[in-house]
Order: sequence, then structure tokens, then C-alpha cells
Amino acid sequence: MLEKSLKGNLGYWAWVLFLLGIIGVGVICYIVQYNYGLGATGMSRDVTWGIYISQFTFLVGVAAGGLMLVLPYYLHHYKDFGRITILGEFMAIAAVAMCMLFIMADLGQPMRALNVIFHPTPNSMLFYDMIVLSGYLFLNVVCGWVVLHSEYQGIKYPKWVKPFIYISIPWAVSIHTVTAFLYCGLPGRHFWLTAILAPRFLASAFAAGPCLLMVIALIMKRTTKFDIGRVAQDKLVTIIGYAALLNFFFLGCEIFVAYYSTIPGHMHTLDYLYFGLTDHATGQVYNNLVPFMLASVVMGFAGIGLIFVSRALKSDQLLALSCILIFVSFWIDKGLGLVLGGFVPNGLEQITEYYPTFVELGITAGIWATGFFIITVLYKIAISVKLENEKTA
Amino acid sequence: MDSSRRKFLKIAGISAVAGIGAPSALNMLMKKEVQASSDGGGHGAQPDAHGAPAGHGAAPTGKRYGMVIDAVKFHDNPGLAEKCIEACHTYFNVPDFGNKKDEIKWLWQVPFTNAFPTDESHYKKDDRTHGMQFLVTCNHCDNPPCVRACPTKATFKNADGIIMMDFHRCIGCRFCMAACPYGSRSFNWRDPRGSKDGVPFIKKINPEFPTRMRGVVEKCSFCDLRVKKGLQPLCVEATGDTKAMVFGDLNDPNSEISQVLKARFTIQRKPSLGTMPSVFYII
Repeated sequence: MLEKSLKGNLGYWAWVLFLLGIIGVGVICYIVQYNYGLGATGMSRDVTWGIYISQFTFLVGVAAGGLMLVLPYYLHHYKDFGRITILGEFMAIAAVAMCMLFIMADLGQPMRALNVIFHPTPNSMLFYDMIVLSGYLFLNVVCGWVVLHSEYQGIKYPKWVKPFIYISIPWAVSIHTVTAFLYCGLPGRHFWLTAILAPRFLASAFAAGPCLLMVIALIMKRTTKFDIGRVAQDKLVTIIGYAALLNFFFLGCEIFVAYYSTIPGHMHTLDYLYFGLTDHATGQVYNNLVPFMLASVVMGFAGIGLIFVSRALKSDQLLALSCILIFVSFWIDKGLGLVLGGFVPNGLEQITEYYPTFVELGITAGIWATGFFIITVLYKIAISVKLENEKTA
Repeated sequence: MDSSRRKFLKIAGISAVAGIGAPSALNMLMKKEVQASSDGGGHGAQPDAHGAPAGHGAAPTGKRYGMVIDAVKFHDNPGLAEKCIEACHTYFNVPDFGNKKDEIKWLWQVPFTNAFPTDESHYKKDDRTHGMQFLVTCNHCDNPPCVRACPTKATFKNADGIIMMDFHRCIGCRFCMAACPYGSRSFNWRDPRGSKDGVPFIKKINPEFPTRMRGVVEKCSFCDLRVKKGLQPLCVEATGDTKAMVFGDLNDPNSEISQVLKARFTIQRKPSLGTMPSVFYII
């Protein structure tokens, strides 16, 4: 089946080469970081996690978002999702792979990563994160590959995969819940210390994951003969729309609690993210994330509005645009604000702003390119098999 | 660390070859090794320390070391706090990179608002407290969030309540730094053994304590090896007879620190978080 990825037109190969080029840049940047240490990044004593961990957090969501494509088909026998479940599973594989790469890029001593297994520590949430992420990767590789391979051979998938498929559904919820627990169980980090962090994570995941898939599906509709179908598209709009609305509802709850209670610790980070935080000792205002966070809110609401309009108008262009808006909005919210904001102010109420370095951005781009490379190859295989089957059928 | 391990292996090898009392010799040496490694960074073979249940309850031996910092005495003795910091940082080979981003510190000073951020009264600040500097360091919490967060047990609670770091096991994930509510932990963002423009980051390396490698977390160790020998931590020693710092066993009702805590009103940093810090302040 893998040979399907080796046959493609010029556009396919140009895209693959482009991705490989960026991966190359990422590798070079990583060598620089490896030789110098994590000081090559913009992280500091006060902001100890930067863009790597925030990408990781966001991508766990993208991986979990695959659930929204798998669940209706396998649990509710929603036949119109038959063509996209495999895409959801393969997207999850790429996303989890990126998560693992981001974690590795973030470790000060990557050669010791296996200490997490050699010295298992059940009181650490990272221990569980390792288990659920590798488990989810395994489940999606098994389910996706076996189901597709059966299709390739023209037979129904074997019965033994069924349990794995069913397990993968709650498992998807677990990966993002445990990832939220990394943050929301830490005393003294008020911004993260909220019981709705896991629900917030899940809501944004169930929007962002399907958004990415929708954009890719629309691109494939133009560049290949593969079409997920109008019904599936419309259904996805409903899922994305409601999940995105829920996300903003949860955000609104956070804002209410902070500003109605007026407890300083609860307001500080929100001030920093959305309005700018003033250092009372010096009078300086810190607000480097404010433009991003405001853009996130505007893009998110615009995207939600437009996605329903696009369905009414049956416009693929508008649908793609609204999905991109929502995806970018949630990427900013999760892939920047959530992790970076948690460190401002620090435990001594001092403010340090974080700016990523070029090396850091290079590695980040390299890992994203790796993810897209995996998606490209897997999707190429999946749609080749699907299109061939339909031709013979 | 390396040389002591080599020595250990050599002696262990010789006694094994000689075949006389090898098991007991090994046993003895192992015990010594455990002690040395918990101060010198350790190397992983620390069954008692690492095996202890992480984070919860009172220290099993009943010992729990703590410290009282008399901020008023420090205020009245200018330069004393700097002396303490100097004693600590020179002994433990704490590097100075000359910039805030890479900064590593085990003991340092901050104003009241930063040391006790949620406890500042909004109105009518008394000038003295407001102008005072407070020494801050690892609180060696009885319920340490850093120990709970660490995925490899590289940071752990000793039997005497001291929170330790195993520099050789730490993977540099910095989860402990996110978990610490006091900002007590530092990370080696770059090689501390290096230098810039010919000036080494560690001015004079003290061979008694290992320098760290890049990519690991470090923090105050309450001078655990000195404490085991019955000595006071270096910062406490540096305060001389000013009594600006008192160190001792919080669980021993007759210890000096227990007497001070009984007699004086003290505060802890962020007690509401339930971490149960072992450092107390007289303000």
C-alpha cells in the first residue's frame, strides 16, 4: 500500500520537496540548539515553556479532534462520514507525531528522555501524558492502517480491530484531558488553575481538528478527484460551529469569574493577554500578546458566523476561509496565549515577556513540516486506495 | 562525583577479588555512596531517597529541617544578605551569565510585594516593611508541587524533608519550574562551565561541589551534606552571631528554631496553597 505514496504528479512532488526543505532547515536549527543548549530559544527563568510546549498543547487538540470524525461513523453508523474517518485517524497520527517531536525539542537533556520509562512516576501528569499519547498513536496506526488495508484488498476489515476502534474514542478524550491536567493541577498558576481547562481544551480541539481536516479536504477536492461529499461537509460545519461556540462560552466563563470576583491573581494573566499588564513598580505596560489575542477573538467569531453562511450559500471558498479563521484563532488561543500567558506574571509577580528566537521558529516550522509530510503521504495513500476502489466498484 | 564513583568501583573490585568481607564492604560503601550522591548530584542509585513516597505527609524519620529568616535583622545589617548569597553561590558553583534570561540563582533578594504577592495590604503601607528586601530561596515544602510534577523522580524529598535534585537524572522538561509557586528553580539554559569573552561564568570552581551540565534544573539544597555532618547551611553560617537566620529541626520541640517560632510571629510565603513551606519570615 505504501507504494501509492510514490506515484504522484508534479504538484505532489513539488509539495513534498518543499516540506523536506523546511524539515532540513528545522534539523539544522535543532543541531544549533542541541550544541548550545535551550538558551538558543527565547525561553527564560521566568517563562520556562515557550512555543514548543504551546504547539504541543495545541496539536494534542488537533489529534483529539479526529474523534469528531470517527465517532459519528463507528458509534452512530453515520454512513456519510465513511470517506473521512480514515482522514481523521491519519490526521491524528501526524498530530501526535508532532506532539512527540515538540516534547523532544523542548527537553534540556533529550538523550535522557527514556528516564520517564526507566523511573516511572505515577504522581507526575507527564507520566500519564506519555502513556495516553503513545497509546493514541498506536491505536490510530492500527485502526487506520488495518481498515484501509482491508479496503485496499477489497474486503471488510477484520473483527479484531473493532475493540481498538471503540477504545480509541474515549482515548481521544483522555489525551486532551491529561494534557490539560499538566497545567490545571499546579498551585500558584492562577490562569491555569481552573476546572474547566480540560473542557475548554476539548471544545477547541473538536473545532480545530475538523477545521484542519476540512481545509485539506477542500484542497484535495480541487487537486484530486477525491470529494468528501456535501452531506459530510455540512455535518462537519455543524460540529465545528457548535464546538467553536462552546469554546468561546468557556472563555467567557473564565472572564466572568476573574473580573466579577476581582481576585488579582485571576485577573493578571487575562489582563496581560487581552489588555496589557502594568508593572506597578515601574509603570511599564506589558502587552506583546494583546494584538494576537484580540485577533484570535475577532477571527474566531468571524469564522463561526461565516461557516454557517458558507453552508447556506454552498460556497466552498467561504467554507475554507471560515475554517482557516477558526483554526488560526484557536491556534493563537492555545498555541500562544494559554501556555505563554500562564507564566505572566511569575510566582513573584514579576513580568517577563517572551519572544521566540529564529532557531526556535526554525525548529517549530521543521516539526510542522514533518507533520504535514506525514499527512501528505498518508492521505495520498488513503485517497489513492479510495479512488481506485470506487473505479472498480 | 566521577572520581568518587571510580574510587568506589576500584575499592569494591579489590575487596571482591580479595574475597574477604566483600559483601559487607560493599554494603558500607554503598551507604557512603548514597550519602555522597545526594549532595553531589547523585547518579540514580538511591533506593531510599527515590523510593520514598513523593510529596506527602511528614518526613518518615520525624526530622524536618526549616529556616527562620529575620528580615528586620537583615535590614539593620546592610550587606549581610549579600554575604549570605555570596557564600552560597561561590560554594555551589552557581554561574553568573550577566543577563536575566539565562540567570541561575539559589538565594536572592526581593521586595515585600514580590516575596509575599497576595499578602500586601492595599492601604497604608508601613515604610519600613515596604522598603525592606527579603531573602528568598527554595522553601523545601512539606507538600512540594515540584516533586509531584517531576516525571523521573529527579527531584525528590529526602527523609529529613529537604527537597533534593538529582542532576544526573533530570531530563530538563522544566515541569518542576512550572509547578513551583515561588520561582525557586533555575534551569541551565547554556553550559555553565563555559565562558564569554574570556570571563568564565563560574569565577572560581569549587572542587567540593560538582558543576552542572546544561539542560538540567537546579536549586537550593539547604546544604544537605553540611547538615548531615551537623553543620549549619552556608548562608546561616554567614550571618554569624546576628541570628538573622536560624536553621534546625522543626519537629524537635527543643530546637532553637522551634523556640523562635514559638516566641515570634512569623509568616510563610503563599501558605494558602497548601505547600507547607519550611522557610519562615520575621518581618
